[in-house]
Amino acid sequence: MINITTQIEGEYHIVSVVGDVDASSSIHLDEALTELAKDDLVKFILVDGTQLNYISSAGLGVFMSYIDDFKTKNIKMVIYGLSQKVLNVFQILGLDQLMTIVADKKEAKEKLHEIQS
Amino acid sequence: MKFNLKVYCDKTRLKDIREFISEKLKAYVHDDLEINQMVLAVDEICANLIIHSNYCNADETINLEVFVERDGVTFEISDEGQKFDVKKYKEPSIQEVVQTKKKGGIGLMLVRRIMDKVEFVNKEQKNTCILHKRFKHN
Repeated sequence: MINITTQIEGEYHIVSVVGDVDASSSIHLDEALTELAKDDLVKFILVDGTQLNYISSAGLGVFMSYIDDFKTKNIKMVIYGLSQKVLNVFQILGLDQLMTIVADKKEAKEKLHEIQS
Repeated sequence: MKFNLKVYCDKTRLKDIREFISEKLKAYVHDDLEINQMVLAVDEICANLIIHSNYCNADETINLEVFVERDGVTFEISDEGQKFDVKKYKEPSIQEVVQTKKKGGIGLMLVRRIMDKVEFVNKEQKNTCILHKRFKHN
């Protein structure tokens, strides 16, 4: 139903979210982001949403709960590869304005450095 | 046309609910975004009922009825758990949700943005949430 993996690619921590993030599975996304928030070496997080099939408020809530923490810790996060269907869920509440969401990995990496400078 | 699904109160059943709604609506709605929004609204209500009204007690059930009409669809979701008092519910702002880091509280906000009508009716032991959405193509 959900599979979350974190890989390190140079200076980037890439969190791949595969499947559905709903009220029963959002805890796994939360755990993955908690791990990264605790790690002082983490500076850039790329959330790979290319295989994210569905998200509900539980998943949105997880992302929202890290906005302030990441800001305090100077961790930059960009979400990329969302389908129209999933992106639309972020847009309903205007969360696409609170978080950085881009089309693909290349743009995500560029964006991270743009946010940094 | 009327469809019905009864599930026991376990969060893992949410996936079944989503598949059921999606499957049934496909015959009437051809826009994936529109279907997903309705699936999401029902999922949010069912998640609230399972978690907050029935405390994930698998001995309890929620009943979902879907009425598809020419111009829209009505969902009636009922249970016999703790009643939700909508009058006491105050919608938080997005900023409040971000600041409190509660990871919750935006489900009903989504439902209200998506649906044309959201009602909560309590009669004796039974609580029913009624959602109505007009189809976009009409």
